[in-house]
Amino acid sequence: MPTPTKGPRLGGGPAHERLLLGNLATSLFEHRRITTTEAKAKRLRPLAERLVTFAKRGDLAARRRVLTVVKDKGVVHELFTEIAPLVADRPGGYTRITKIGPRKGDNAPMAVIELVLEPLSPKQATVAEATAATKRAAKKDAPKKAAAPVEAAPAEAEDAPVEEAPVETAEVEAAPAEAQDVPAEDVPAEKDADDTK
Amino acid sequence: MAVPKRKMSRANTRARRSQWKATPATLSTCPKCKAPRLSHQACPSCGAYNERTYAEAIRTDA
Ligand SMILES: [Zn+2]
Repeated sequence: MPTPTKGPRLGGGPAHERLLLGNLATSLFEHRRITTTEAKAKRLRPLAERLVTFAKRGDLAARRRVLTVVKDKGVVHELFTEIAPLVADRPGGYTRITKIGPRKGDNAPMAVIELVLEPLSPKQATVAEATAATKRAAKKDAPKKAAAPVEAAPAEAEDAPVEEAPVETAEVEAAPAEAQDVPAEDVPAEKDADDTK
Repeated sequence: MAVPKRKMSRANTRARRSQWKATPATLSTCPKCKAPRLSHQACPSCGAYNERTYAEAIRTDA
């Protein structure tokens, strides 16, 4: 959930800001990358990422909520069908802001805001895989521990690291192999994305 | 409303304004083209930032 904005709105008032950010979001999803002022890019980021989260959910209610901000149905369709699958594995951080220095006319600091559509790097993928695995392991362990009596707790605590250790090493061994697979799998996907553009 | 009692002399005005100084920008060098650039910004001569290139950042007028 984005932090509420303090201080004056962009444009002439709250309604103007809503319209302005809606238009910026529409342009961002249409072109994947837009150049704007730093202030506008910073305000757009939380809104755009929230809309992408809705797109990843993908149901009709989510689509209607996005349509309240992005009025263009074509762009919303593109967001739900093309952008959402590309960021399916990404745990947030769907946009990237890069500062590109001051504008010539009024010296306003400018920035490029773009959707991060590259596949996760092998390292990130490994980390995601590992955290998912530990979560699964924790879930498996939880019922066991709940069932065990209190007296058995210390004994189990001693066993637990030994039990977990092989699991984790197995995960680590499995991870690089999977990491190698990831780029190979993702390259055709990216090609498809380029073709559709 | 409070108003100045006397006209401020040109010398006093200029003495005050002599303290208005610009500070040099702290520049770093672009790892790709070695040109000076501001930190946390794409390079204005080659557009490089974090192994990505931003054509929008390239400036020819400076
Ligand atoms: Zn450079």
